Amino acid sequence: MIANFGYGSLIVTFLVSLYGIGAAIFGARRDAASWVNSARNAMLLTFPLVTLSAISIVYLLANGHYEVEYVAQVTSNSMPLYLKVTALWGGQAGSLVFWCWLMSAFSSAVSLRRWDRDREFLPWVIVVCLITLAFFLGMVIFIENPFVRLWQSFSGEPIARMFQPAGTLPYIPSDGNGLNPLLRHPGMVLHPPMLYLGFVSFVIPYAFAIAALITGRTDDRWIRITRRWTLVAWLFLSMGLVLGMRWAYDVLGWGGYWAWDPVEIAALMPWLAGTAFLHSVMIQEKRGLLKQWNLVLIIFTYDLVIFGTFLTRSGVLSSVHAFAQSAIGPVFFAFIGLTLITSLAFLMRRWNELAGEGQMTSLLSREALFLDNNLLFMGILVVCFWGVIFPLISELVTGQKVTVGPPFYKRATGPLFAGLLFLMAISPLSAWRHSNIKTIRRVIWKPFIISLVAVVVLLVAGVTQPFSLLGFWLVALVILVTLYEFWRGALARHRAQGEILPVALWRLASRNRRRYGGYIVHLGMVIMAVGIIGIEVFQTQTQATLQQGESLSLGAYDMRYDSLAIFDTPDGRNVARAIVTLSKNGKIIGDLHPRRDYYYESQQPMTIPGVRSTWEDDFYVVLVDWQPVTSQSATFKVYHNPLVNWLWMGSLIFILGTLVAAWPEQESELTTENVKSATYIPARI
Amino acid sequence: MLKKIWPIFLLIPFLSLAIVTVASAQQPTPSDDEVNAIARQLYCPVCENIPLDVCPTQACAQWRELIRQKLADGWSEAQIKQYFVQQYGDRVLATPPARGLNWLVYIIPPIAIILGAYILFSAIRTWKRPLPQPTPQEPASELTDEYIRRLEEEVHKQ
Repeated sequence: MIANFGYGSLIVTFLVSLYGIGAAIFGARRDAASWVNSARNAMLLTFPLVTLSAISIVYLLANGHYEVEYVAQVTSNSMPLYLKVTALWGGQAGSLVFWCWLMSAFSSAVSLRRWDRDREFLPWVIVVCLITLAFFLGMVIFIENPFVRLWQSFSGEPIARMFQPAGTLPYIPSDGNGLNPLLRHPGMVLHPPMLYLGFVSFVIPYAFAIAALITGRTDDRWIRITRRWTLVAWLFLSMGLVLGMRWAYDVLGWGGYWAWDPVEIAALMPWLAGTAFLHSVMIQEKRGLLKQWNLVLIIFTYDLVIFGTFLTRSGVLSSVHAFAQSAIGPVFFAFIGLTLITSLAFLMRRWNELAGEGQMTSLLSREALFLDNNLLFMGILVVCFWGVIFPLISELVTGQKVTVGPPFYKRATGPLFAGLLFLMAISPLSAWRHSNIKTIRRVIWKPFIISLVAVVVLLVAGVTQPFSLLGFWLVALVILVTLYEFWRGALARHRAQGEILPVALWRLASRNRRRYGGYIVHLGMVIMAVGIIGIEVFQTQTQATLQQGESLSLGAYDMRYDSLAIFDTPDGRNVARAIVTLSKNGKIIGDLHPRRDYYYESQQPMTIPGVRSTWEDDFYVVLVDWQPVTSQSATFKVYHNPLVNWLWMGSLIFILGTLVAAWPEQESELTTENVKSATYIPARI
Repeated sequence: MLKKIWPIFLLIPFLSLAIVTVASAQQPTPSDDEVNAIARQLYCPVCENIPLDVCPTQACAQWRELIRQKLADGWSEAQIKQYFVQQYGDRVLATPPARGLNWLVYIIPPIAIILGAYILFSAIRTWKRPLPQPTPQEPASELTDEYIRRLEEEVHKQ
């Protein structure tokens, strides 16, 4: 009953979306405001409808309706309620419904904004949002239906169908398979919603970009309207990526946070394009340049969002043959191709109208440095895209799969990331239009000299690895330049307005939130870089089998194996939990409890490391193996991860920076600059 | 009785010699760290994108033991990697060997970046040229008037 209701609700939403698309196109073509308003109402209606469907799935999940195939796949009796509810995005079909729910929520939110000045955009924004929504709804209804139920033929054969086939009886398993143990972690509970929020919010700027292309209103209005959407999208996507890293660090038990796995890269690619876009739109706003390029970037970002979902959902990463056999893969592929070609065709049609209005005066002006930033981001994107795609091409051409693993990505992206750090160091000191080597030299010499002192201190402390020295120097330079920028601004206000310095600093940042929020994001990024350099360059590891009472050493640490207990838990796990005592420089500092959980339902093991975490380093122990019955000996893998906590700390700072940048400002959007470049035909709707 | 077994006593020196020879030919058992140093560079042939040193499956544990055995037999790192490639194909290596089609994986990104840099700098050169002088202002069209009227309306509204 509930399953039918949820499925019916999805079908109605699909039909409403199709109607909305048709009504919006008709209304736009005929200048009929009533049709456009009707399309807008249709878009608003999708949200409550998909909500009903999502609530139906949550109800089925929470109440153990195992007659529904999806419920049986991702939940079990022993799972706590919060995991049953969040299993909505724990499997493919449910996560697609969740995608649709977020998409309808964001579409509705955008349709509720004040459209007075941008009514010509409205129908086309509705069309783009609803086409994207209808595509995902179609996928759920026709291919990955979470409401499919289980039936049993008279010969005992289980059958999964939405409606009862002839000659079958309902089949209700007494328990489900349970959620993949790897996904039972707070990081993994929050990671998919964050990523999806990021993905979905990037659809909005794309929708406005397409609306601008179709209507021919090619000024920067679409960018100004969607600036905050883009920042919010970027924030969610970034948080999704960081939560994924934290999850990998806490759960996967290999001592790291990022493995350059194609699934990770699938989420990183839209982030790279989106970050480039965030920077390059400023050039259009300030200088009237790069109109075409910004549109290319947002089109890429949108299609990389869909491509990321395609990569992780189609099975193409396991094998191109799995992709060809899956129902979902080719449909996704066709949608990506269609949207990319159509969007680029719209862009080509307006290409000449989008010519730059400004003039580039210096290779060291801020706009030129932003362009270099775009080049580097695109370079990293090409490396990532090619690294993910190449194994598929190799399999298609030669029939043999190859692995493109971390050494490739590290070698190829390392210099590009270093280049980005360097740009972060000099860009804040450059000005729009007129910067040159002299003007930059005049302001950079103080931070530059202090950053060299930092390098000398590191050398004296015994850090001699050249790449880490280069990395730390760049980090020091970015931090100093950024703080210097805050200081210079605050000092100028202090002199001009007579404000005391803390007040001057506060007002400076709150009056230029975008600029100083951006600087805070930069600070967060370089603090993350400290953690990344620490773990990438200085990580050490060892593995040994210890008898009870025996110790192993790693750096300044000694770890003694004390005991191991094996027991069952009420939630269906068999836990092997070791107790080890950790000492540093001969002084006992505490116990750690690495463990291996074996989930009976899904027959999957999960490794939970024991970690002692400080600002200086992490001591990370994994229980690899143990002697059955007596537990006299056990094998441990131990990692020493210097500075890794700075990675998590930096991520909190960039969240703060993004919030500062995205916070609404009390300013009129109709600036003089805006008026100058606005050449659109007023709305007649 | 002693007569019957005396040939065995004759064998003792030879047997002890043989035992000593075998013992001296055997290497000490390679440590976990030595095994992992090689396993880290290989990818699990079964599980995707998981290095062999951290893969928790039983199959991978056996492959790690195989590496230990090969090391104990005196095989070099290169020989062991070659052995795995022969057994399971190029996919066990962390990066594709630079030959044939695989060259593309290494040359496409730098070519793309150089091309991107070229396009960027030629674009900047174009933008550095002075802009054409604006043509004399035409009388404001009806549309512009309409725009200004709306703009003023907006400003008054705020």
